[in-house]
Parts: sequence; structure tokens; C-alpha cells
Amino acid sequence: MLKTILAVAQRPNARRWLAATAGLALGLAAAIPAKAQDTIKVGILHSLSGTMAISETTLKDVMLMLIEEQNKKGGLLGKKLEPVVVDPASNWPLFAEKARELITKDKVAAVFGCWTSVSRKSVLPVFKELNGLLFYPVQYEGEESERNVFYTGAAPNQQAIPAVDYLMSKDGGEAKRWVLAGTDYVYPRTTNKILEAYLKSKGVKDEDIMINYTPFGHSDFQTIVADIKKFGTAGKKTAVVSTINGDANVPFYKELGNQGIKATDIPVVAFSVGEEELAGLDTKPLLGHLAAWNYFESINTPINKEFIEKWHAFTKNPKRVTNDPMEAHVIGFAMWVEAVKKAGSTDPDKVIDAIVGIKVPNLTGGTSEMLANHHITKPVYIGEVRADGQFDVVWKTPGLVPGDAWSKYLPESKDLIGDWKDKKCGNYNTVTKKCGSGA
Amino acid sequence: MRGLCLYGRLRALAVAFGLLLAAVAANAQTFDEALSGFTADSFSDTETAINAVARSGSPRAAQVIAALQDGRLLFDPDAKKVYVKETDDRITDAATGQAVAGAAPANLQPVRLNNRLRRAVEAALGALSLFAEDPGKRFESAQAVFKSRDAAALPALESAIAKETDPRVKTALGEARAAVVLNMSETSEADKLAAVSVIRARGDQDSVALLAGLPSDTPPAVTKAANDAIASIQNGLAIWNAVQNAWYGLSLGSVLLLAAIGLAITFGVMGVINMAHGEMVMIGAYTTFVVQEVIRAYYPGLFGYSIAIAVPLAFAISGTIGILVERCIIKFLYGRPLETLLATWGLSLILQQAVRTAFGPTNRDVGSPSWMSGAFDVGQINITYNRLWIICFSLAVFVGLLALLRFTRFGLEMRAVTQNRPMAASMGIRTGRIDALAFGLGSGIAGIAGVALSQIDNVSPNLGQGYIIDSFMVVVFGGVGNLWGTLLGAFSLGIANKFLEPYAGAVLGKIAILVLIILFIQKRPRGLFALRGRAVEA
Repeated sequence: MLKTILAVAQRPNARRWLAATAGLALGLAAAIPAKAQDTIKVGILHSLSGTMAISETTLKDVMLMLIEEQNKKGGLLGKKLEPVVVDPASNWPLFAEKARELITKDKVAAVFGCWTSVSRKSVLPVFKELNGLLFYPVQYEGEESERNVFYTGAAPNQQAIPAVDYLMSKDGGEAKRWVLAGTDYVYPRTTNKILEAYLKSKGVKDEDIMINYTPFGHSDFQTIVADIKKFGTAGKKTAVVSTINGDANVPFYKELGNQGIKATDIPVVAFSVGEEELAGLDTKPLLGHLAAWNYFESINTPINKEFIEKWHAFTKNPKRVTNDPMEAHVIGFAMWVEAVKKAGSTDPDKVIDAIVGIKVPNLTGGTSEMLANHHITKPVYIGEVRADGQFDVVWKTPGLVPGDAWSKYLPESKDLIGDWKDKKCGNYNTVTKKCGSGA
Repeated sequence: MRGLCLYGRLRALAVAFGLLLAAVAANAQTFDEALSGFTADSFSDTETAINAVARSGSPRAAQVIAALQDGRLLFDPDAKKVYVKETDDRITDAATGQAVAGAAPANLQPVRLNNRLRRAVEAALGALSLFAEDPGKRFESAQAVFKSRDAAALPALESAIAKETDPRVKTALGEARAAVVLNMSETSEADKLAAVSVIRARGDQDSVALLAGLPSDTPPAVTKAANDAIASIQNGLAIWNAVQNAWYGLSLGSVLLLAAIGLAITFGVMGVINMAHGEMVMIGAYTTFVVQEVIRAYYPGLFGYSIAIAVPLAFAISGTIGILVERCIIKFLYGRPLETLLATWGLSLILQQAVRTAFGPTNRDVGSPSWMSGAFDVGQINITYNRLWIICFSLAVFVGLLALLRFTRFGLEMRAVTQNRPMAASMGIRTGRIDALAFGLGSGIAGIAGVALSQIDNVSPNLGQGYIIDSFMVVVFGGVGNLWGTLLGAFSLGIANKFLEPYAGAVLGKIAILVLIILFIQKRPRGLFALRGRAVEA
């Protein structure tokens, strides 16, 4: 190695060429940051490969569409928006690395990303340390309200609890036995804790609740589906609440179809299965199974039709579907743009102060408001799977439901609220009147 | 006189005809009134309408409800009229069955259903189709009445049983009648006890559900008989359950066998730890995808043969890649197991990224041909076709490999090199060539495994990662170099896993298996079927 360097140093022509290339490279490097100051960078942190790619890839695409649309309207604060896309590959520690890269190296003004709660928990310390902004578009388990995060997806009281209420009602089948099946990580574990407490508060007995967990990417659901069948034929109407995430849903639903579990016998309501996940499945055996979301592509409003048309034009594919986390990004992006305009700058502290109280239209004909606990108001819809992979809305809440960050069914969180407007605290205890979840 | 009789007869005929018309009109009126319930676009009104249409006795009732089940019942919200879209896309009036003259109204909407309504539709269709021509349909409607336990279907059931000739359908109708009898308060205790024994004879999971869910006004003797029946059925079911678990264990074991057998060969012959083995499986799965895409595009009729075409192709492609890997990378790293491990690990990453770049990172849709879809029942266990075919396929591959090793020259040379490499070389066997071919064979088998796995798992660039650990587990447990060890290891691990899973769950079950293997290797480090001999120890 040293010999080669010395050899080059002794040849005059080689030295000149080397110097010229080095100078050119340095010059280009110096020029590029100067150009970058004319744009506002927006980070997109979604898995484009691995087990979660089936769900997250479309969120990256919708963000690109929203940024392009905003640029056509003249950008933000007079500057163009520039998307910075990274692929954390369903690898949770990589999410934290990529988040750090987005904030420190690319200097993005805000990050739109994450899906699984474990990915969000991984990036949380990074956003707290570097004072970044994260817009999190996916339904989750609650028990969190951070200053640097805006939760545009549903909290359990905006998805899980209404779904269980529906299944207990006459239309939902008056279920008396419950199977809680989930992937083994924080979101299903916490959601099932909340649901178990809720079901017990409604008088459901211990022996009428069956809980089981599978790893990410699990594909052998024979035993689990057989157990569900056995549990469901003990004389009382049974319903399954599924918090299975990622592409494990595909073999799960295939096995349900193979073993002949029909929605009229044992309905399965899923919280992480939408139009996108059903797109690769034969949905005829799944007719009547349910999903609970705050948005469905089949909802017939002019603003939703317009959004779907724009989406088909952008992706150049009239078969691409839209789903709830995409709507959450639409709402989150609109709120961020409004907050930046109101604050006059993209500085995270100023945006955090400006964003509470901002109202933007949602895609189902109502409006969404950013609350002090950094959650938003959303309507709740229960939909049944149609043979064409879309959902038929069978029930909706009469109005908007405000997101509850801390569940009132768990003893450790029922006294807590998040309030970043007045109390500047994410877990303010209303009983002890102190910030921090004291005993 | 004759004229009077004629006139009298004519008058009687006219009156009878008039009465008949009035009856038909009355029926039609209730049928029409019932149909109007479908135009309200409300779930409760639709439910009332379904029950009213079923009870109306109109001959069109079954067709209307069948159309509703298929989503072919349409209504005009403005004109309050109901239409049926026939299977040939014509629009007919639901009340009369006449085709609509001219163009259909533009604002027709389908009558919506939810799960509760679907159960009502199934119950109604069940009661209506008890006299259908096709015995299969009669059997299905008997099952539907068994589930719905609709008291109003009892008279129809009784007459259907009297007329029935097919023994299977007759038993089903008898069970349905027993279900209805047990849920009615008016039936006698003796009737109910007889019904309990009919249900006990049926002996499946649904029978337990029925007997456990009897209404509260059931006489205590009947409840006692029902509880006895439940206990005896559950004893029988427990045995079937064990058989079902064994079946699941066999199917998991066959998957493990397919994935691991290629690794057993390469590890056995060359002592090479191939971390890229999972990627060979993945390449086989993607070969199936490409074959299916080509067939879908150019030869749609051949879809049923797509798997048969993909198997030799996958073997060839994965085998060639294996030979290339051996010649270009592994050959230079002999006697250095750690470097081989690292090199093949890097190779696995390269292969994953290559496939990701070529095909995209998202999952690819591999379809199942019709002979691999669906399931059938044997006694009380449910057997899915795709798993059955995979078990047969893995056993065929195993037997094929055994034959190859036992009866061919190549097999003989491979066995010689495995047992004692220097001696085999001295006998004139070109060990380098055998190594390359053995690696190619192992990778080819992995490719074939990929074809089978594409039917039960998602096809993505990460497919191999899920199977590499399992393959090593089987090879370590079963012993290296011996195919029988791999077979026994794979099936025993599969069955053990599936018997643990109902008690410990999927995650803990896997962990328990791993712990058991670790404890096992403490006692027998070389696995179940260890190769013996002086040279092997070296």
C-alpha cells in the first residue's frame, strides 16, 4: 500500500491528475450543501424490505405523493420540500440508526415513519435526544405520550375497544368467548392486557378468554387455528381479536380458509389488516371477517374519491389500494404543514408549540384536531371483508373519538393524562397532581 | 241434465280457480310485502324481510334468498323495487321472475349483508332447500338447519326424513331434527332423550357445542344425559386430537426434512457449513414464481402443471449455482471451517440482495394449483391437500436420494469420500469433482424444497432465513452423513414441536425444542445416527 502511494508521489503527471480530481471532488462536496439550504427536507422512515415491507412500502409512496403535491402548491415557506427515503428493513435497531442519520446527517425538519411499536420504541430515545419530530401513522397500544412524537394512528380507545363493543353487540354476534391472538411484541401484549381488563370489567370469565402469541414471520398456523376451532365450539359464541402483524397474516388467513372457519361461526377482527394486506390473498373464504379502522377505501365521500384518483394517477396503477395508515399520513402531513406556516419556521420547538389545536379535514368527510396529548380525533369504522378485497362498513361511531393516550382500564395508567400544552408533561397524574407516573 | 252438470262443473271449476288465484295472490302479496323490506337499506329490515320471504311459501323464495347470499339481489331506492341479477347478468324482477324490459334502472344498489344476516340467510336457505334435487344440497341444508336449530323447520324436516332415500342425508336430517327438538320447550322429555342419543352418535365438535348450549328450561334428566354424552364425545375427541397433532407434526417434519436434507449431504460429504443453504431454498421458491408468471402470461391452460414443471427447473438452477459456489469460493477454503462459514454467510447476503434487486423487496404471489387446494375430513381430523402433497413429496425426495446413494456410481463415490477422504483419493476417485457435484446436489435438493415451501409460506427474499436455523437443528440432531438420521431427526423434532405447542405456545415450544437438543448433544455429540470409523474422528 505504502509502496503504491510513494510510486504515485514520484510521478509528476500522476500527482497532477490526483490533485485535480481531489480538488473537483472537494468542490462538488462544498457546492452541494449550499444547494441543500434551499429546500426543506422531510424524512421517510419505513421498512422497504423484510417482514413489514408488505405494510410499510405503500406509506413511503403516499409520502412521496404528498410532498410532490405540496411542492406543486408552491412548497412550504417559499422553499421546496425534498423527501429523504431510508430503508430500515424491518430491523428494529436499524430504525434507530437510520433515524439518527436522518436528523444529524440529512438535517430533516420532520420524520414520517415507523409501523411496529417496537420500531417506535427503538427510535424514541433518538428523537428525544436530538429534539426531532416523528409523525407516527399507525394504530398502537397507547401508554405513551411523548413531546417529540405525534400519534396520527388510533389509540386503543379509537380501535380496539369499539371493535370489542361491536362484537359484544347483537349485530356483531353477541360474542361470549374471546381468543386474543397476536404477534409477540409490545403492541399485541399491551393491547391484550387492556382488552383482558376491559373484558373482565364487562363480566367475561377467565376461562372464556384464550390468549396466544406467535413470532414475527410465523408461517405454521395449523395448531393455532385448530385450537381456535376447538375453543370456539364449546357452546358459546366465540370471536377472535387478532393483533398479528406483517406478512404472518397471509398464512394465518390462508389456514383459516383451509380449515373452514367461516365468519358466521367464529368472526375474526384484525387491527393490522387492511386493504393492502388483503391485496395478495384470495378473499372469498374470508367473507365477513372484520377489521376496525378509522378509514376505509370504500367510504364514499368526494374528498376520498379525489384522493383515490390522485393516488392512482401518481402510482400509475389503477389497482393500488388506499388504507388507514395512509390517511393518517395525509392528516399528519397536513397538520405539520399548517403548524410550520403558523409558527413561521420548521424549528421543532416552535412547531410543537404551534401544532396543538390545529384542525385539518380527514378523508371521510369530517375534521381531525391535534390534541394536547399529541393524539388526534378520529371516527371509528368496523368493516367486513368483501369478496373483492375491499371492506363494507357495517358500523361507525356517531361522532369523532378523541385519542386517549393512557388507558383507563389499566390500574397503572387510569389516572394519567398527556398534556403538552399547559402541563408540558406526557404522563401527568391527575390524582397526585404530579408529572411522572408516581405509585 | 248434461248441460246442467257441465254448467255446475264449470262453475265449480271457476270457483276453485278463483280461490286458487286468490291464494296465489295472497301469497304473492305477502311475498311482495316481504320483498319491500329489502329496499330500506337497514340491517334490521333486511333480517325481517329474509324471515318473511322464507316463510311466505312462494316458489321464488329460495331463488331470491340464494341471490341475496351471492350479492346478486339489487334494489332501487327511489322506486322501492327489488331485482335479481341472474348468473348470466340479466336483470329480472324479484317478485315475478320476468326479465326487465329495456335497460335496467341506473341507480340499482346491492342489498347489504353483515355476519348476523348471513347466519339468517344460511338458516333460511337450509330450511328452503330440504327438498332440493341434488343430495349434496340436501345434505348442506340439513347441516344448516342443525346449526340454526330453527323450530319452524320441524314440519319440513319430518316430511323430508320420510321422503329421503340417501342414507347419509337421512342421518344428517335426523341429527338436524334432534337439534331442533332439543331447543324447543314443547317437545317431551322422552323425545329429548332420544335426541341426545342421536347427537351423541354424531360425536363431533359441533355436537359438543350443541349439548353444552342447551336452553335453561331443559329437564334435569336430559341435562344429565347431555353431560354424559359430552364426556364420552370428548374422550373420543381427545384421541382424535392426538392424531391431529401427530399429523401436524408429520407435516412440519416433512418441511424440516426437505429443508435439511441438502444440508446433510454437503455437511456430510465435505464438512462444509453452508450458511447460504437457506438462499438456495429461496431461489427454488422464486423459480416457481417465475414459472407461474410465464404460464399465466403465455400458457394459462398449463397452470395445474406449474409445480411439476418448476421442480426440475428449480433443481437445475439451484444445483448450478451450488456447483459455481463450490468451484469459485469453497474450493479455496478447504480445511478452514470458520472462513467457510463467513464466506457462505456473506454469499447469503449477496444472494438475498440480488433477488431483492431483481424481484423487488415485497412478497411475491405464488398460487396453488387446484389439486393442492382445499381439505377433506378423515374421522374427526381435517387434512389439507397442500400439506398432504408436501409429505408425499418429501418422502419421494428422500427415497430418490437413498436410491441415488445406494445404487449409482456417483453415490458410491460420495459415500467413500464421506467415510475416508484420503483413502478414496488413493483409490482413484477425483475428490474435487465429487465435492463440486455433492454441493450441487445438496443445493439442488434445497431448490426443490423451495418449490414445496412456496405453497405454504410467503415468497420473499428473506424466505431462507426462516429455515436455515431449523435445517442446522435437524442435521445436528440427526447426525451427519446419514440420511436416515436426517429423516428421523426431522420427523421427531416436528412431532415434538407440535405436541408442545398447544401447551406452551409457538414461541416457548420452539425454545423448549432448542433446549432439548442442547441437552441431547451433551449425551450424544454426534447426533442420533453417528458415523463410526477411524477416519471420521479426524
